Amino acid sequence: MSELATQTFTITRDDLVRYAAASGDHNPIHQDEAVATSVGLPGVIAHGMYTMALAARAVDSWFPGAEVVSLGCKFTQPVVVPAEHGVDLEVAGVVSTVQDGLTTVALTVTSGGQKVLGMPRAVVRA
Amino acid sequence: MPVDQSLVGRSFPPTPAFAVTEEGVAAFVATTGGEYAGGPAPATYPIVLAFDAMNAFLQSEQVELHRIVHGEQRFGYERPVVPGDVLTATLTVSSLRQIGGADIIGTTSAITDADGTLVCTTSATLVHKGADA
Repeated sequence: MSELATQTFTITRDDLVRYAAASGDHNPIHQDEAVATSVGLPGVIAHGMYTMALAARAVDSWFPGAEVVSLGCKFTQPVVVPAEHGVDLEVAGVVSTVQDGLTTVALTVTSGGQKVLGMPRAVVRA
Repeated sequence: MPVDQSLVGRSFPPTPAFAVTEEGVAAFVATTGGEYAGGPAPATYPIVLAFDAMNAFLQSEQVELHRIVHGEQRFGYERPVVPGDVLTATLTVSSLRQIGGADIIGTTSAITDADGTLVCTTSATLVHKGADA
């Protein structure tokens, strides 16, 4: 097991607006406080896919240009993004196995000290 | 409103062809603070198509997007997605169960290129909370 350098990203409401435009995911729970709380969320939350995109960016920074063979996670905790200053996301990773040219990376993705993704894992050809 | 159990195993029509462009990939990369220097799209990029497929599915089942929370997402690649690809996604409902007033909908989208060759398979679990949940 070799540890990779933890990457920290700050997620702001503006990032969510840009991500909605680039991804086509305009679910209002990622933009509108009133809609988010109406469905029982604590506030505007980041797109799970945005959190996953940041995790993928960390993997790319650890293995520049490596082909991603698979990537997956569960979305276990919402990442609440306050209107002011946003919130930090930390992406840590360890290489769990290297076999047949494939490197498996076990990630730990946290916000405010709490894990937000369940079993995030990437397999890269590196 | 519980989602109809007979949906399991049903495939929905392929999404309209989606052309992967350098501009589109660059915009996606920029949202994560990165700079696109050409080459393969980021690993989560096919969500753009999978999301189209999901929207069409939700509309046909009259499920409101804001009642959906994303439970899980996986991507398995046959080859990287690159600008110039013309892709379509075909969504199949793989599982459906109800837990505590929520529908847990498992979907799998096959993403194929202009030749019909599989590029990526992506599976999503969608949690639908009904109005009275």
